[in-house]
Amino acid sequence: MSHPTQLTSETYAELRAIAARYPEARSGLLPMLHLVQSVEGRVTPEGIEACAEVLGISAAEVSGVATFYTMYKRKPVGDYLVGVCTNTLCAVMGGDQIFERLKEHLDVGNDETSEDGKITLEHIECNAACDYAPVMMVNWEFMDNQTPESAVRTVDDLRAGKDVHSTRGPRLCTWKQAERVLAGFPDDLADEGPSAGPASLVGLGIAREKGWSAPSTEASGRTGDPDSLTEAVEDADTSRAESETKVDDK
Amino acid sequence: MSIDVLTPVLTDNWDQDRSWTLAAYEEQGGYAAMKTALGTAPDDIITAVKDSGLRGRGGAGFPTGMKWGFIPQDNPKPKYLVVNADESEPGTCKDIPLMMASPHTLVEGVIISSYAIRANHAFIYIRGEVLHVVRRVQRAVQEAYLAGHLGKNINGSGYDLDVVVHAGAGAYICGEETALLEGLEGRRGQPRLRPPFPAVAGLYASPTVINNVESIASVPSIIRNGAGWFSSMGTEKSKGYGIFSLSGHVTRPGQYEAPLGITLRQLIDLAGGMREGHELKFWTPGGSSTPLLTPEHLDVPLDFEGVGAAGSMLGTRALQLFDETTCVVRAVLRWTEFYKHESCGKCTPCREGTWWLVQTLARLEKGQGSEDDLDLLLDQCENILGRSFCALGDGATSPISSSIKYFRDEYLAHLTTGGCPFDPAASTTFATTGASA
Repeated sequence: MSHPTQLTSETYAELRAIAARYPEARSGLLPMLHLVQSVEGRVTPEGIEACAEVLGISAAEVSGVATFYTMYKRKPVGDYLVGVCTNTLCAVMGGDQIFERLKEHLDVGNDETSEDGKITLEHIECNAACDYAPVMMVNWEFMDNQTPESAVRTVDDLRAGKDVHSTRGPRLCTWKQAERVLAGFPDDLADEGPSAGPASLVGLGIAREKGWSAPSTEASGRTGDPDSLTEAVEDADTSRAESETKVDDK
Repeated sequence: MSIDVLTPVLTDNWDQDRSWTLAAYEEQGGYAAMKTALGTAPDDIITAVKDSGLRGRGGAGFPTGMKWGFIPQDNPKPKYLVVNADESEPGTCKDIPLMMASPHTLVEGVIISSYAIRANHAFIYIRGEVLHVVRRVQRAVQEAYLAGHLGKNINGSGYDLDVVVHAGAGAYICGEETALLEGLEGRRGQPRLRPPFPAVAGLYASPTVINNVESIASVPSIIRNGAGWFSSMGTEKSKGYGIFSLSGHVTRPGQYEAPLGITLRQLIDLAGGMREGHELKFWTPGGSSTPLLTPEHLDVPLDFEGVGAAGSMLGTRALQLFDETTCVVRAVLRWTEFYKHESCGKCTPCREGTWWLVQTLARLEKGQGSEDDLDLLLDQCENILGRSFCALGDGATSPISSSIKYFRDEYLAHLTTGGCPFDPAASTTFATTGASA
């Protein structure tokens, strides 16, 4: 498939700027690939070559990275990437039904784009918003507490060009614009949206109501220092923690 | 003295107007702990964090101050602090709201922690799938630079620190600290062999501390209020407060910040009970990688020791609650598909084993196969647990072995009915049957 590359000298300058943020340039590769997607609409062979050239590594090395992470797309993505969480908690709370309804409504399968090129649908893994289940993400913005009806309304509004807002963030931008922010070029929308959604505040609300708080400063207390390294390791939960101790035996 | 049931510290400013801004944070006393810390010897900061008893909030529970103490200060290489903000463990949803509502708490913690370990460069590795959180942390770092809290000669202290906000690209495995370092070095996120440990040879083969968001965010409160204040909360070996995340079939899911050692019974009471007309069937104490528990464990103290004694792990305090409408086999199959999808492919037990687990479970869920398949599953689990390269493979076995332990009959019911005996519609938030809206 021939693809006229959108990469310009400005893109190359930005790729170099990303690499320059780090003590070692290669650390920039993940954000650089986000930038490629923001320009090309996916990770293109040209984008891979560009990253390889800027970092002085082989295209195969870049490709190996680009194919490892799920946010990098090899096929063109629509203006809006709609992800329905179907990990256990969200699936049980209704994510499975939402995903089925959207597939039917958009006439697409998983990881496919609607005929008008506007919506790419996929199911996603846990996105750290379980207290708002079932959760849908649009261009990696939270759409909390969804139903099949609300999800259909959202994609229809997006296809009709209406303004749609994240439930905890700004008006939805395009996927390419979102990818640019992830590349480390802010879009000045940080001040949009609330501090927190309602579920994030339930515990705090109860504490306020009951007058509960953390103790006042310098309450007396036993020291929590474990007596020895061995004891700390015995107390820790996993073999990961256990492995830390071997540092001392080096 | 008695300690209140809920103790908001990290969540305490989340209801403030524009809480994510520097102005709002400083109005609440923000960055005062940083100023105190920069006038204190770094070793004294480490001692304070050790004395507080703070244990890693990312799941493993290793003492944070001790981890910092492992950094060899005679090593001539630069030291690095890396914040693990790759929150992806199913059920875990505490760091994301923290960074959205109060990113400066994290940034202040980063400054104090970096100073303590004598790092001049820190990285915040945030999973890429949370755009607005990335925006808020980017903005907070930018504001901190403009205020002179980051950069050269911070507030005239002579201490220099640069912070880079790094967005990941979708990989659960990057929550594993050495896989995260690979991602941060621009490589495929696959765990590294240890030794050498990150404390000795981490990022760029230099001494590196990797801490969870909540651990780092807890540091300013310890410096501000003292180690004794922190350790006055919690239990004997699990000190302090933590954010407990309730999700699923509970009336008011959400974030509840409490001393370690609170019980699920107390938390469910605060959350208004299970959804009306339903009862708790099974739950995870700390994400899907921690073995399932049942209503018989409602009074287990949610601290490292209590949950461990009950046969599970405190993990990330991700309390996913499922009521009697939920099919445990379906739940476990879905988690297992997740582990299969997220296995990085580096080691055989996990790469192949998770694939086999899905094959066997999927058949059982459809009511095919036989009772022998339960033993087959347990055998497969035994060949993964303790034999895989990192904790991902171990975690994959937790829901399977614990669900067979507590719900063997439900697996068998799938075989006798020839399929799943549950109606998935009844579990949803929009179920029309049952009392729930």
